[in-house]
Amino acid sequence: MTGSAPPPPDDEAERKRARRRAWNVGFSENVPHNRALGLVVVDIGDGAALIRLPYDPRLVGNPETGVLHGGPITALLDACSGAAVFAALERMQPIAPLDLRIDYLRPAEPGRDVTARATCYHTSKNVGFTRAVAFHDREDEPIATSTGTFMLGTTAGGGKRP
Amino acid sequence: MTTVFEHIAAARAQGDLSPLVAAIPYAAFLGLSCAVVDDDLITTMRYDPRLVGNPALPALHGGTLGALLESAAAFKLLWAAESAVLPKTITLTIEYLRPARPVDTRARATITRHGRRVATVRVEAYQDDPGNPVATANVHFLVKREA
Repeated sequence: MTGSAPPPPDDEAERKRARRRAWNVGFSENVPHNRALGLVVVDIGDGAALIRLPYDPRLVGNPETGVLHGGPITALLDACSGAAVFAALERMQPIAPLDLRIDYLRPAEPGRDVTARATCYHTSKNVGFTRAVAFHDREDEPIATSTGTFMLGTTAGGGKRP
Repeated sequence: MTTVFEHIAAARAQGDLSPLVAAIPYAAFLGLSCAVVDDDLITTMRYDPRLVGNPALPALHGGTLGALLESAAAFKLLWAAESAVLPKTITLTIEYLRPARPVDTRARATITRHGRRVATVRVEAYQDDPGNPVATANVHFLVKREA
């Protein structure tokens, strides 16, 4: 028994499902605001995350059009970017956002879910760097894009006043 | 049903944005309200446990602070600016300065520049001490009336 044969595809699929389930508990159920927004971890791993924001009339910005407010899309991009940083770290450690720049390219369409894909494209000792895009079905028709930075290994201190 | 534009017109005439804020479903979801204090518009995000993003500290979710900052900036434009168009966010740049504790958070905005097409607003979110913000943002809005 050498164990050199690659695992059958079912095992890989099962591992992926288990990882997604664990993330949905840790990310969506244990984080109150992610739970309030109904965020769903669709896929995660290797410094990338795919997270869905289900359409919800409570999140509408303009009641005449039913278009989502920018706020929940900001929260989705923030949360997805943070998840991508966690997925890039070799060991679990607390992180905190440092900055987030969001470009709004087109309004979301009423009644439709919004999905975000984030990648943590670089980590240094102290900082994780992210890019993310929010879209309906097609990533090449983005609703919003973002770049962000996250401090790694943060504590509850939060810095002193200058 | 009162339209958003009628709400804006009424709010500007009376100097009270409350009916407009009440007409925005997401503002209710986030617990936002507006008040005029010392001749300036202050937007408050009432604390609720579902705004928490880090239950270990605990601290408010970064997304809720971003949404408060963006909303406060837009409300300030509607309250102060000459034109009654619904501002559309072009870019939002948020800086997170320190963990936001699980208490009410307020935001105060300054219109840096108001042009024909673009308005730029600087906004700060704070908890107890206005001089010690928990997060700040710079927002560019499109304020051009649709053709």
